[in-house]
Amino acid sequence: MDLSFSAEDEAFRTEVRTWIADNMPPHLAAKAEAAGHFEMPEIMEWHRLLYSKGWVAPHWPKEFGGPGLSATQRFILSEEQELAGAPPLSPFGLVMVAPLIMRFGTDEQKQRFLPKILSGEEVWCQGYSEPGAGSDLASLRTSAVLDGDHFVLNGQKTWTTYAQYADWIFCLVRTSAEGKKQQGISFLLIDMKTPGVEVKPMQTLGHTPAFCDTFFENARVPKENLLGPLNGGWSLAKALLGHERTLVAAVGQTRRTLRLARRIAEHQRGADGKPLIEAPHWREKLARLEMRLRAHQMTNYRALVEQQKGHHPGPESSILKLVGSILVQEADELCMELMGEASLSWHDEGAVAPFEQWVGPAFCYDRATTIYAGSNEIQKNIIAKLILGLPSS
Amino acid sequence: MDFDLSDDQKMLVKTVSDFGKKESTVERFRKLRDDAEGIGWDRATWKKMGELGWLSIPFPEEAGGLGGSFVDAALILEQLGKTLVPEPYLASVVLGGHALWLGGSAEQHEQLLQPMMEGDTTLALAYAEPGIRFDPRCCATTAKREGDGWRLEGEKAFVQNGHAADHLVIAAMSDEGMQLFVVDGADVKRRTTKHIDGHRGAHVDLAGVVVPESRRLVARPATEVLERVLDFGAAATVAEGLGVAFSMLWMTVEYLKTREQFDVKIGTFQALQHRAVEMFVEVELLKSINVESMIRASEEGPERPAAISAAKLQLAQGGQLVSRQAIQLHGGVGVTDEHDVGLYFKRMHALVTLCGDEAAHVARYAES
Ligand SMILES: Cc1cc2nc3c(=O)[nH]c(=O)nc-3n(C[C@H](O)[C@H](O)[C@H](O)COP(=O)(O)OP(=O)(O)OC[C@H]3O[C@@H](n4cnc5c(N)ncnc54)[C@H](O)[C@@H]3O)c2cc1C
Repeated sequence: MDLSFSAEDEAFRTEVRTWIADNMPPHLAAKAEAAGHFEMPEIMEWHRLLYSKGWVAPHWPKEFGGPGLSATQRFILSEEQELAGAPPLSPFGLVMVAPLIMRFGTDEQKQRFLPKILSGEEVWCQGYSEPGAGSDLASLRTSAVLDGDHFVLNGQKTWTTYAQYADWIFCLVRTSAEGKKQQGISFLLIDMKTPGVEVKPMQTLGHTPAFCDTFFENARVPKENLLGPLNGGWSLAKALLGHERTLVAAVGQTRRTLRLARRIAEHQRGADGKPLIEAPHWREKLARLEMRLRAHQMTNYRALVEQQKGHHPGPESSILKLVGSILVQEADELCMELMGEASLSWHDEGAVAPFEQWVGPAFCYDRATTIYAGSNEIQKNIIAKLILGLPSS
Repeated sequence: MDFDLSDDQKMLVKTVSDFGKKESTVERFRKLRDDAEGIGWDRATWKKMGELGWLSIPFPEEAGGLGGSFVDAALILEQLGKTLVPEPYLASVVLGGHALWLGGSAEQHEQLLQPMMEGDTTLALAYAEPGIRFDPRCCATTAKREGDGWRLEGEKAFVQNGHAADHLVIAAMSDEGMQLFVVDGADVKRRTTKHIDGHRGAHVDLAGVVVPESRRLVARPATEVLERVLDFGAAATVAEGLGVAFSMLWMTVEYLKTREQFDVKIGTFQALQHRAVEMFVEVELLKSINVESMIRASEEGPERPAAISAAKLQLAQGGQLVSRQAIQLHGGVGVTDEHDVGLYFKRMHALVTLCGDEAAHVARYAES
């Protein structure tokens, strides 16, 4: 057993840190410094910068343009970005659909889609959930009926994150009503400019337009945009789930929020006039979360090492999602408590310190972390069934 | 012990509850919240509340009130919380109003409290200051004698209803100790602040404000007034919070009974049934401690702060368990601005925070 990073890894960490410091444009750096909120155009700006350095898709194989980093280096790369407060990249293209295209796509599909995902020229979103199909995704009803060389799509997707900025959407659609629900589902890649596709942005609890309703009305999608076999979409979806859950371990996000908490504790004062960080009560609250995070972080390292050995993320990734999502929320809650009355402030520039601006909206929006990417209740069901082997009711 | 309401109180609860259901649904709050030009509540509704006696009920007849008690105000607040009625009852009747009542002279009652009780004006209490945590004994704003009056210096932050109040009660420290003054809203520099719960308030800059002696509250020592008023305020956050938690609990139970996934109502999942039970239990505890806190709020002696702080803890822990689980059990729709559950969630945060948060009340209880 060995806890240390190799000298090579440490050198890589320094290289990443220096590159970020030298290359993050001032307006992004200012937002990062103020723990601000990034909208999609800023996220894509950062995407393209990383692309120019060759670092935008650390987990991609070299043949598709990945940098050929080890799992540890990939982890360092994402951790350094999160610690620097860099815009979190949109996962839908890079992390979600691209690996599926590599694994299940035709050569034409690989050539058509992968380079533009890598460069950031095309932005993607995820169309799984429907009003009637959330946790029970397999009951989805958006239908795709073959008509000559096209699928004709009708139905509604919902909670599609940042669909208003997307050029493409990957969807699970129903192509057959026969057999088990899971058997009639296909995986389609859809151009958002297709006539009959309509996007309606919605406000989240954090008062950001982060998700949308996406409607399909007789939208015609070319047959070649089917990914994987007809009626074989469910296995593609399952292959993706493990990846999605490792994503939401959110170690870097929580570390960053706890650093923000420390900053707030240095800024806000108690009734005695002293910064809160000098009071044992607040120091200990902060310490507790940092300590919990260490255990989570080690769990994440363990999963990473497994991945490095070539194992696909299995049901264990549910643990990362479960713990990671709760730590995100607890760190937000601590920031709110530290701010006291100032935590009432809402999208109101100048009412609180610049780095305190987004604490309230994040506290509200992050209630979603225990809901999306498979709710925590569903993760517990998975662990109970697949790891503990408990009988189902 | 007797936990029954009097017939009058039962009537009062029913009237306020009907008002919430028929005239002030969450939809009305949402409209007022979204009107960027407005003050976030409605003056005609306030006037009506005055006419119904809701604004004068907790004050004694000598002060021009209806001679009820704080319990009546708490009963009203619980009902107002159920549909998120936005009128500044807590800020104006409980905080500003009780400060004027306890600290003011007969003349001040007549000039400043009476019009509020009739629904013609609103009040606010400015206690919080930028960057400093809540403590009723602590205050960086200063007051210095100048001629016949007092010159104030300092800033107040997140003053509930501070943006719209006709009169603000200001806490300030002088050479002779803590003082309370009443200033006209028009006489101070105030900037409207937007709050998480969709309410509004003000950041108040007192630099250069001179208050005549006639606007100082001297009937009781200011520290005593402030401590008692902030206890009324804390008890009020609990009473309103009970209404908020109650609505969220039943809204969620209803959702569990209607939402279907995996071909069944999600309420059939035992994990969710247990969660709903946990919410229910916390609401029951909140209901119990609210009885003690609203009754003891008018008492003097050590049981008052003990009960009120315990109630605030229950709001922070139990109330927030309810508000967080309510979102969770609604799934994605709970994270939209469109669904009402999120509005309740945010109001719960504000109520937990106002008039001393969990840390402040636990510390006070532990030290007493
Ligand atoms: C901010 C945000 C962004 C999102 N982005 C996207 C996106 O880009 N693309 C996309 O396709 N989807 C997205 N989603 C949707 C997300 O995946 C779903 O919200 C999630 O799967 C839950 O589904 P639901 O909202 O329908 O809740 P429901 O499935 O109706 O669940 C309601 C409650 O019941 C519980 N529950 C359900 N089944 C069980 C069970 N068997 N046992 C115990 N408890 C159960 C749930 O845990 C939850 O608490 C997003 C959601 C959010 C909140």
